[in-house]
Order: sequence, then structure tokens, then C-alpha cells
Amino acid sequence: MAFVARALRRSKPLISSRCPVTVASCRWISPTAAAGSPEAGAAVAPADPELPRPREPVGGARVELPSNSEDALEVFVDGHAVRIPKGFTVLQACEVAGVDIPRFCYHSRLSIAGNCRMCLVEVEKSPKPVASCAMPALPGMKIKTNTPVAKKAREGVMEFLLMNHPLDCPICDQGGECDLQDQSMAFGADRGRFTEMKRSVVDKNLGPLVKTVMTRCIQCTRCVRFATEVAGVQDLGILGRGSGEEIGTYVERLMTSELSGNVIDICPVGALTSKPFAFKARNWELKNTETIDVTDAVGSNIRVDSRGPEVMRIVPRINEDINEEWISDKTRFCYDGLKRQRLNDPMIRGPDGRFKAVTWRDALAVVAEVLQQVKPQEITGVAGKLSDAESMMALKDFVNRMGSDKVLCEGNGPSPPADLRSNYLMNTSVAGLEKADVFLLVGTQPRVEAAMVNARIRKTVRATQAKVGYIGAPADFNYDHEHLGTGPQTLVEIAEGQHPFCSVLQSAKNPVIIAGAGLFEREDQDAIFSTIQTLAKKYNVTRPDWNGLNVLLLHAAQAAALDLGLVANPAESIKSAKFLYLMGADDINLDKLPEDAFVVYQGHHGDKAVYRANVILPSSAFSEKEGTYENTEGCTQWTIPAVPTVGDARDDWKIIRALSEVAGAQLPYDSLQAVRDRISTVAPNLIHVDEREPSTISAEVKPPVKQQVSSTPFKTIVENFYMTDAITRASKIMAQCSASLLKK
Amino acid sequence: MAARLAARRLLGLAAASGSASEVAARRLAPSPIAAAGYAAASRAPVSRPFSTALNYHIDSPENKPDMKWEFSEANMKKVKEILSHYPSNYKQSGIIPLLDLAQQQHGGWVPVAAMDAIAKIVEVAPIRVYEVATFYTMFNRAKVGKYHLLVCGTTPCMIRGSREIEETLLEHLGVKRNEVTSDGLFSVGEMECMNWSDCVVISDVKINFIHISGLHWQGCCVNAPMIAVADYSKGSEGYSYNYYEDLTPKRVVEIVEMLRRGETPPRGTQHPERKNCGPAGGNTTLHGEPKPPPCRDLDAC
Ligand code: SF4
Ligand code: FES
Ligand code: FES
Repeated sequence: MAFVARALRRSKPLISSRCPVTVASCRWISPTAAAGSPEAGAAVAPADPELPRPREPVGGARVELPSNSEDALEVFVDGHAVRIPKGFTVLQACEVAGVDIPRFCYHSRLSIAGNCRMCLVEVEKSPKPVASCAMPALPGMKIKTNTPVAKKAREGVMEFLLMNHPLDCPICDQGGECDLQDQSMAFGADRGRFTEMKRSVVDKNLGPLVKTVMTRCIQCTRCVRFATEVAGVQDLGILGRGSGEEIGTYVERLMTSELSGNVIDICPVGALTSKPFAFKARNWELKNTETIDVTDAVGSNIRVDSRGPEVMRIVPRINEDINEEWISDKTRFCYDGLKRQRLNDPMIRGPDGRFKAVTWRDALAVVAEVLQQVKPQEITGVAGKLSDAESMMALKDFVNRMGSDKVLCEGNGPSPPADLRSNYLMNTSVAGLEKADVFLLVGTQPRVEAAMVNARIRKTVRATQAKVGYIGAPADFNYDHEHLGTGPQTLVEIAEGQHPFCSVLQSAKNPVIIAGAGLFEREDQDAIFSTIQTLAKKYNVTRPDWNGLNVLLLHAAQAAALDLGLVANPAESIKSAKFLYLMGADDINLDKLPEDAFVVYQGHHGDKAVYRANVILPSSAFSEKEGTYENTEGCTQWTIPAVPTVGDARDDWKIIRALSEVAGAQLPYDSLQAVRDRISTVAPNLIHVDEREPSTISAEVKPPVKQQVSSTPFKTIVENFYMTDAITRASKIMAQCSASLLKK
Repeated sequence: MAARLAARRLLGLAAASGSASEVAARRLAPSPIAAAGYAAASRAPVSRPFSTALNYHIDSPENKPDMKWEFSEANMKKVKEILSHYPSNYKQSGIIPLLDLAQQQHGGWVPVAAMDAIAKIVEVAPIRVYEVATFYTMFNRAKVGKYHLLVCGTTPCMIRGSREIEETLLEHLGVKRNEVTSDGLFSVGEMECMNWSDCVVISDVKINFIHISGLHWQGCCVNAPMIAVADYSKGSEGYSYNYYEDLTPKRVVEIVEMLRRGETPPRGTQHPERKNCGPAGGNTTLHGEPKPPPCRDLDAC
């Protein structure tokens, strides 16, 4: 917290010079107070010249001033003039001026509550200190954040807050990253005057993810506002009054939201902490690695906190374009799956049906030998839903070199629309959804398929009353929506203009259609997508200035796989396979696989497909490798290794590279950079990291479709939000969630 | 560690010499404050130091969320009437009057099921109704007696002896706070100032001020200590809510007994010489026309 650092810096000379003399006199932290002592003066003088230094906005934030100068106004913060847009609060004005105001209840993504009073500042001509978070800035306002009045006000508030706050920082999981702890270093007294009994509050049971120690709560109501506004589950409330006030659900109720973990981050104190992380580690002993999440196709930006070889927790990183500052519970809590059921040695299934650990050399030799015996057309490679682009590139090159073109990625269906990128990407972009005013969801349930996309839709619906129409199996939504129908028939009706929802689409300015990737698995997918195409043309969904036609993908690997062209038909490839190479593919249907087929499973978890495997090659999980992933909106991102790999595991692409050499079809790359160079010749967009490469070609060039839509209703694709891949299926926390939070 | 060792040593000593144990125990008490706290806690008959009951719901046979609860037909009309006061998109403004109605209908308390029903009527999430119901102490969320006695616990009443009044009541009825007597007739609760929460301005000196400024409101703090009796014995039609002021422990027991016999004790001040909230024994001031402020010539305007 920058302001704490600043306050401490200022107070330093003070502490060193005055504190030993009188404790009471060093309670205000202000540069003037220290001016009396010579050494303090010397320390302060160069840093504190007469003329105020211009400062940078807090956190390097950019402020966009409205083009119309009427809509901007000027205020003075500690003597600096700053220009801000109309409607900013005093606190925001201070942030623009580079002054971080202490706060507890204010959160930039939630509504303003103004109930902690920590943000008090002095405003000239105002008789009392004002709560800056709730006070709109007025032209010419003279705001003072560093005066004795402001300091004293904050100290007063702090003393009140600490009055009923337990002194349990040593056993509190928030310790070290607690706003109250930090700010009390700057504004807290070294002793309390409160001699009564502290209040105590009964802890609430919010489920397997969020641990509550309600006595620590300071009633900032951030969690209540988060639950109501962002998560859309109105379960939390503030109950009682006065000193008996507490946060709770009144009736015993678990927090059944896929975003519930975020209350852990927004709670400024240790009242809401992570249950799985409780008492596991102190945050200052953790190594932070900034990486991305692969449990769904959104690619939320995360920070993996690890200690030694162990991932201790996962927290979000801010990325305004993708996940803002939230992540789903699956992203946050799947990490214990990384420690369970891991494959750590190459293994060969013996004649007795049991696996025996062998060396890499032996394992690769066995695989290569089998490879020599099968016909090229009987070789099939399947990439799993968590695969990175590098390994998929290597797999494709390898299978091709062996003479087969049967290489695919699970989840992409029999004939994925891989020709045009715009046919499988979220063309509006996740952040762009906020501009939409009508949503038509076709066969997709974003709440379970991509929780962060759902959060955006909800945000838009809340802010602009956007309309949502949904076609698909009955599902849970956390915003107002209209269930138009369950099958493609409804879609056809809308396309033909015979449905009441047509008028809504007709009057929409920026309509958005989101089709689920689950449709790829349908027999009639071509017909469905062409109906959607007609629909889009009819209602002006794609215009030069607006592309509202989207496909919401399901898996992290999907977009890159389609870019790289892993598009073989799974049913045919599996049926004819004698040599099946599964690269982390667990959800592919192996029923049709011939009895005598030889199956190599390369992956990090002993999951479903291992039962059928003949050879196991252990590879590293997303937290252990550097890999390229493309999310559903076409943004390429990298994972960064946070922890060492388990046992004898290797990176996926390296295993394939090694195998290719043993099998006599050596791939021409030996380093990650070389693989990426190879990728750039196939899909250059996968090289431009952290950039969203929108698709430019319009869909017009498609050949006409003769197929008819069938009447089979759309299926629910994700049955269990908490368990969708090998990592989450191995996670104990996710198992607890599925047991207690899913509606039966 | 050293302190703990010392304490253990002391305990050992105390055990060895029986007579010294009391002294030792007293010295062992963590601090004078805490000791005082324990002492107070053991003396006070109340289970919770706040005026309200628990802020969360505990299932009981008569209060469960999955029970069915509906407004009676007559009250449904009232519900419509109440909601007609508010714009249709601000139905939640009706939560408080609806809770009140539900409370009258349900014998003085609102079960969770009723709160859920209200939430449905005003189209908000149930928690929004729970928030309101827990905020206002006049909504009882657990069963109360036919006569619910509320003792004012705010400063003026407290200074004038409301603690003794409550103790007497609890002792006389043999219940704890927020408990119902076995015959279901009485329960005792605590309430905050029943004036216009203006009790801050109240003290003996202020009596005249209130009198002058016409703040007769409901008597209240002027006649501290006081209790309010909510009478649910006659359903939502015959419902009454009366104040009994200037109480003494003796008088409050008399009032309870009268209620038990089905009589209606005279409401308002119980002071024989006081009329409403005037000073006891008649006015001591304001015998004539009040003098106009000297700074202003009233005739001129
Ligand atoms: S639990 Fe945390 S977030 Fe919620 S009100 Fe209390 S302090 Fe604020
Ligand atoms: S941050 Fe302004 S009142 Fe809490
Ligand atoms: S203090 Fe008891 S009525 Fe005001």
C-alpha cells in the first residue's frame, strides 16, 4: 500500500528523533512536526521542497479526460491542481493526484457505501472532515489529505475500528496482507483506551471455500455488495444494528456462487479467508508467479503463490480485458489437484495388466518399436483440453511426419469450423460485451462454461438493463433472462422472424450472439452455424464497426488447436487407430477404439484415459511449464513455471521431440524458441503474446450449407462446474464443492 | 512464560494453604477490568449484553424456513393498501409496514417463513427482509408472550433505575430476557429509548424544554423509567401498544398482575402526582404567557 509506505517514510525521522522523548507527541505523522529536530530536518529537506512536486496517479492509472472541456473540472489536492472528469469523487481526484487515500469500504468495482469513514480528508471551507469516497468533487475544491485534521480524523476512526477488532494477527491468515494491519501501522495508536469486553460474533458457515472469523469483521459491507452486485447471489446481508451488527445469511445457507472465492480478496481484514489455505502458509514466504489459468477457455490472469515445490494458492491478477480482478472458484481452488494423482515416472503396462515404472529410454524405445509396426494411417494423435500450443504443434508435426493426418484436439467435434478464425472466436471480445444491449445465448450456459464471461454479461445486464435471450437446456442464470426454447427449432424461428424475441433483436443497437462450443459436437452443426449466420445478417449483428457474432469455447487448448489445424474427425480417427497417442486427452470417447490398439498416454494426471493406456509418459502441468495458450477471444498468453515438475516428468513438447528422434522422424526443433518459430509459420497470431488478434475476414465466403437442423434439443455441456478436467477432477476441494454446492 | 510459571506457583501455594486461596485467586484474575466484567456477568441475569435477540435464525418446531405462511385474507387487503402507497418499482419500501402486519397477525412475532412471504410480495431477495427485521428491535423474531414487556434500556431510563425494573420483572416472571413464561402469557425484552430517540437531550433540566417545545410525543424519557407493553392477546384487530412510565419495581409487578387478570392498567405515568409529562405536582413554571424574546418586538410584525 503506497500510502502506508509514504506515511511511514515521512514518519521515520520522527520516530527516530522524537519517540524516545515523548510517546504522545509522535502520533501525528506530518513532515512539519519533524522540522524541529536538526537531523530530521536534514532527512526531510531535500524531499520536501517548497514547491509541490507533480505526482503520478496511483498505480500509474490513466485518466481519460472527456474531450469536451465542459465535462472536466479542476480541483486542488494538497496544493496540486489536477484536472478530472465530472462525476469523480474526492477520493478518485486524490488518486489522480497521486495520493492514495486509506480506505476499507470503498472498492472501485463495487457501489459506494461510505460506511467505514477511513477515507476522511479535509476540504477547505467544510466544517468537518469529509468521507472522500462518497463526496463528489466540485470545481475548485481544495482537498487536503495530509493535515493534522485529516490525520486525527483517521486516527479516531482507526481507534474505533480497533476497539472491537480482536488482537489475533499472529493467528490470522490475513496477516501480512491485511488492510487493517497496514493502515494501523500508519494511523493506529500503540495502545488502546478501550477497557470493556470486546464484542464477539458467531462464525458463519459459507461452504467449503470461504472460512469466516466474523469477530474480525469491520462491517465494511464489501462482501455483501460483491455478492449482490458482481456474483449475483443475494445471500449475504448485514444483520442487526449497533455493536450487534454482523454479516451473515440469517438462515443457514452456503454461498452457492461460482465467484464466491473473490470475497476472500476483497475482505480488507481476516474475516473472510480461504478455507483450504487456512494455516498453510504465511503470504510473505510465498513465491509469486504471474501466469494464466487453463481450467476454462477464458484464460484468467492469475498469480500462483508457491512455497518450494508446492503450489499454495492461486489469486487473481488484474486484467481489465479478461477477468478484471475476479477469478472463478474453479480457477482459485483447483490447485490441490496439482498435488494429487500425479504421474511421475514413465510406466509400461506389463502382461499382468499392471504398470511398471521404467526409464525414459525404455519407455520411448517401446513406443518407437510399436510405431514402426503400425501402418501410417493407423496412427492417431489426440491433444487434451489443457495442452499448450507448443506441444500441439509438436504433436501435429510428429504425427504428420509419421505419415498420418489424424491429429485432433478433444472437444472440437467432427468437423470444427477451423477455416476462418472468426468462426470459432469470441469476436466481440470479453470486454467488448459491455457495449452490447441484447444477448442471444445459443446452446451455451456461460455461468458454468466460462464464469468470467458470465460475470461480464451480468455486469452489462445490471448496468444497462441489456436483454438476454437463451436457447438451450433449462439452466441457472444469475441475471434476468428469457428462456426462448430448448432446441435449434427456436433458432430457426428467430432467423425466420416468427418469434417474439425478434422485435427485441430488431431494436437492438449492438446485439450479441454467443454460440456454445458444445454445438461443435452436434451432427447438424453446419446447419446450426449457418442459421446463426443468417440470423446475424438479418439483425445486423456483424457490421464494420461491430462484430457481435461469438463462439464461446470450452477449453484452454481449443482456440490454439483450431489455429494450428488439429481438426481430424475423432470418431473416424479413433475407430481406425492401431496406435493412439493421447496427450492429456481424458474426455475423448474410446468406446470405438479397436481392442488391439496400442495407447500411449502422455499427461500429468492419472485420470480416465490411463485405464486404457499401455504406456504412460509423465508430463508437466500448466503450473510447471512455459506454454502458449490462446483464450476464447483470441488473446495469446503464456504460462510461467511456478514450481518444479514432479518426479521424472518433462514438458510435453520435449517428450514428443525425444520420441520423434527414437522413432526416426526427428522434429527440427530443440528449443522452445525454435518451436515457437515453427508455430509462427502456421499461426503467427500465437506468437504475439498478450495481444488479442481479431479475425478480419468476414464469414461471407462460406459455401452454402445443405444440411437440415435436427430437432434434438441442445444439451447441457458442463454438468459439474467444479470438475471439468484432469486437474480439477483430482482436486479434493473441487470434490467437496461438487458434493455440497451443486444443486441436486 | 515467566508469568505463567509464576501463576502456577501461586496456584500451588493457594492449594496448599486453603485460606490463602481466595486471595490468590483474586490476584490471579487477569486484570481488574476483566474481573469486574466477570462479576458483572455473573450478577446480570441477561444472556446477551445487547438489546436485540440473536442475529441469526435457529430452526425450531414453530419457526422453520420451509413452513408455509401467508397473510390472512383480511390482511391481504391491507397488504394491497400498504403497497398502493409506493411506486410499483419501489415495492421494497413496504417491507417495514408489512413486517408489522405480519407480526400482528402472528401473535407478536415474525417467523422466517413470514419474512420469506414478504420478500416474495415485494419482490426482493429474502435476505433484504431479514436485514430490516433484524435492524429494528420492535420486530420480534422469536416467539413472545401474549404480553410482550419491553424495558427501556437507554441512558435516562437506565439512570432512573430501569435495570432494577428489568431484574424485578425477570425474577417475578421467572424467565430470562427474550424468554416466554411457561403459560405463554409474558415475555420480557429490552428496547432503546421510546421517545423520539431524542433522549440525548433529556435530563431533569430539559423537562421544561420538552414541555415548552411541545415535545409531548409519548411521555417517555421525561417519566423514566418506563416499559412498553405490546398486547397481542386480541389478535391484529385488538392489538395495543401502551407505555407505562414512572415505574417502581413494586408498581411494575402490580401492572403485570393486572394484565394477568385481564385488566387494563391505566397507561401513561404511574406517578400519582403527575399528569402526562408535566412536572409532578403541577407546573412549576410557565404560569402565565411566555415572555417574548427580548430581541424582537412581536407587535411590529
Ligand atoms: S466480512 Fe470482510 S468484507 Fe465483509 S463486511 Fe466484514 S470486513 Fe467487510
Ligand atoms: S472508504 Fe470512504 S467511508 Fe469507507
Ligand atoms: S431513555 Fe427510556 S424512553 Fe428515552
